[in-house]
Amino acid sequence: MIIKIILLLFFIFALSRVVIKYKDRNINLGELIFWVLFWIIAGIIVILPEATSFIAQKVGIGRGADLVIYASIVLLFYMIFRMFVRFEKMEKNITKIVREIAVRGESSEPKTENRKQT
Amino acid sequence: MPKVMVIIPAFNEENEIFNVVLDVSKYFSNIVVIDDGSTDKTGEKAKQAGARVLSHIINRGQGAALLTGTLYAIERGAEIIVHFDGDGQHTASEIPKLIEPILKNEADVVLGSRFLTQGIRGALGIPWSKKYFILLPARIFTCFTTGLKLTDIHNGLRALNRKAAELIQITHDRMAHNSEVLSEIKKKNLRYKEVPVTIYYKKYGQGFFDGIKIFLELLKGKIL
Repeated sequence: MIIKIILLLFFIFALSRVVIKYKDRNINLGELIFWVLFWIIAGIIVILPEATSFIAQKVGIGRGADLVIYASIVLLFYMIFRMFVRFEKMEKNITKIVREIAVRGESSEPKTENRKQT
Repeated sequence: MPKVMVIIPAFNEENEIFNVVLDVSKYFSNIVVIDDGSTDKTGEKAKQAGARVLSHIINRGQGAALLTGTLYAIERGAEIIVHFDGDGQHTASEIPKLIEPILKNEADVVLGSRFLTQGIRGALGIPWSKKYFILLPARIFTCFTTGLKLTDIHNGLRALNRKAAELIQITHDRMAHNSEVLSEIKKKNLRYKEVPVTIYYKKYGQGFFDGIKIFLELLKGKIL
């Protein structure tokens, strides 16, 4: 029982952090909604663990705990995919910056038309 | 004679780059070396040999370096752009015949081929395993995915006319650019021609696992 209270307190704390981050414009509306729902669902699972069994049976999986794990794995894969995409984009952006520096660096050097070897 | 610019990407080739630039300069004077984040004296040596040098402050890959050089050349009004390796494996004296089909307006892109021998042993010292276990499956794969029947599907020696250079988007930073150029040729309906060239094998080049890496890079490009 104590664990439930501790977890719930933590979830409420997490929720407050999410709201603050949104107010500070560190996360956008989409992310706010996602994380609010996430912590609320986490809270519901803690208060009513039977809820997971209920949904699990509806969906066709044996136990509530299994459902939570399957759902978490799917969610994690999705989040990794999103991160992967952003990573690739970042790499391309870095190349663009390096390219720009290269071209500007060349034009600021004193121009010597290709000297032939004498 | 239309303006020709030779783009030479180089990464840590201080031992080769001077001679490479010197050899190319016997035929063409507009040489641009892209120093792709070398930690040695590649940039200096290239300059000493008389090339213009653009420096990537960090290493981004051959594809990225070629695109930097190609965009630079387009900016400066180049009408023919040649991609030439900075490690001494390509032969400068073959550039004139490489650009001939473009000069005659028979092709937009000319691809060097190690295997169109026509009496010349095009790939001097190519390891046997590379020829049959890596390049052959790759040729079949390329024909399957792009519809292009080529004898050499992975050759960095190529010439592009201005139109091709502007149309071909090299988005892959590392070694997938070879495959990318081919699929762009198909997509943008460019005229292409293969010309026999000689490659001196000093290093193995892309091995089997590099091939896998390239395949994955291309796959990523399609999915993401």
